[in-house]
Amino acid sequence: MVSITAAETTSRRVWRRFTGAQRTARFMVYLIIVAAIVAAAQTIEIIPEFLADAPEQIGDLLARMWPIDWRAYPTDVHSALSETIHIASLGTLLALMLALPVGLLAAHNLVPFTPLNLLARLILVSSRSVNSLVWALLFVGIFGPGALAGTLAIAFRSIGFVGKLFGEALEEAQPGPIEALAATGAPWRSVLTFGYWPQVKPAFWSIALFRFDINVRESAVLGLVGAGGIGMALDAALNLFQWERVALILVAILVVVIITEIVVTQIRKRML
Amino acid sequence: MKTGSPVLISRADPFPKSLWPRVATVALVVYVIYACAQMEISWERVQTGLANAAHFFARLFPPNFARHELLVRGLLESLQIAVLASTLGILLALPIGLAGARNLMPPWASWPARALIVLARSLHPVIVAILFVKAVGFGALAGVLALTVASVGFIGKLFTEAIEEISSKQVEAVRATGAPFPSVLAFGVMPQVFSRFIGFATYQLDSNLRNSTMVGIVGAGGIGGTLFAAFQRFDYDFVCAILIAIISLIMLGEVLAAGVRAIFIDNATLPELFRRRGLPRRDRLVEDE
Repeated sequence: MVSITAAETTSRRVWRRFTGAQRTARFMVYLIIVAAIVAAAQTIEIIPEFLADAPEQIGDLLARMWPIDWRAYPTDVHSALSETIHIASLGTLLALMLALPVGLLAAHNLVPFTPLNLLARLILVSSRSVNSLVWALLFVGIFGPGALAGTLAIAFRSIGFVGKLFGEALEEAQPGPIEALAATGAPWRSVLTFGYWPQVKPAFWSIALFRFDINVRESAVLGLVGAGGIGMALDAALNLFQWERVALILVAILVVVIITEIVVTQIRKRML
Repeated sequence: MKTGSPVLISRADPFPKSLWPRVATVALVVYVIYACAQMEISWERVQTGLANAAHFFARLFPPNFARHELLVRGLLESLQIAVLASTLGILLALPIGLAGARNLMPPWASWPARALIVLARSLHPVIVAILFVKAVGFGALAGVLALTVASVGFIGKLFTEAIEEISSKQVEAVRATGAPFPSVLAFGVMPQVFSRFIGFATYQLDSNLRNSTMVGIVGAGGIGGTLFAAFQRFDYDFVCAILIAIISLIMLGEVLAAGVRAIFIDNATLPELFRRRGLPRRDRLVEDE
């Protein structure tokens, strides 16, 4: 007869971190992921000849891009590049102006009226779920090709981002200073400027800088659908197979993106 | 004259504005005027456009779903691109992100990895897609490769940062037992970064889904090509149908990503997932790019 001692029972006890239901849920997710990958890999249309040809084509591409056509910079690329930066900064400014009221309406501690909160949320969600290229298409349809469409596209895409984060910052504001101000009988404008604003100011500028950084990257692409900026120069160079010029434009975009990131990081370090 | 000194009530502004915000405001206004002039943006143009807008929106509605086969095919291809690019991107980003972590890796490994991540992140996925369309031809493969590059950049960066922020105590404890490097990774590092990693991965799938509907504009497969073609043919009612489909797909993706986060980060079970009203907000990344 084998008698099981207490020590043996403890050593045989299996420690489990998750309950059975939790493990089932995780297993289901893994199963769905694997099924999705297998289904996607089997049904996607990939032409094997194209894949086999790829290294040669990449070599050809790089050979065509060299030497980079630096001389085109002052004549064609510079103005397009500065237009891109203008689109990004004007778009960000416009977005900040439009997002402030929407963000205020979305904060339920500031506007304790649920229908208005929901309306603001709806505006923010619809702004975010439309890609900036799609916004650009719509504005090109309305205003015609050019930087105006690009600026508005950047602005409308950014409203959701800025408004959402600004609204969340407002909701996290401490009620103490606000109640103190309200107790003195301060009008709502004073409560806003002296109660809320000092508390959300760092968050606001941080969001604005972060969005500007993103917008510089995005505004470089908008030209592909005709919304102005360096993307239009890129599109023209691509259509004419001027690969040396394409290389120049790519280098220009890369430099601007990296400089923007460095500047934004530095400003944020100084300010916050 | 000492008696009854009157209480002085200053009428001056208790919060005087400093010079710096005023200068900044003036500079900003000057810049806006200059930039508008440079880009030939004027009020007349806005007004002409607004007159157009009514006409434009009238043509968008009602959405035309007559060519739904084309629509479904495009959406499926976008979905395939997003799934495959996320898989490949995550698989590639894990070793690269690990190599970039300066607290675990020597400089000769971390610098090249970090440079690669910066390079992958600096160009917009649609621009990368242009290059891949030239390299591997039109079609979904170019889209998959372009979004893979974007995923490597994004997940690699966040994964590197997550690993650099871990506590070294567990790592040292595992090392002290004489464990080989793979065990240190599996038992000292991975448990500390896993939940954040789930956050990045679901976020990236979401982001790839958004971008996979766009790379088609430059011929890299997915619904974007159909959208751009319809737009150029002024088929605005079909454009509207495509936009509705894209937005629904993206919102569905967001719901699924939130579900995965609930299961892996908050240890939710399947019934809990359907019961809870609002999904949790924690560990959600700042959305975008």
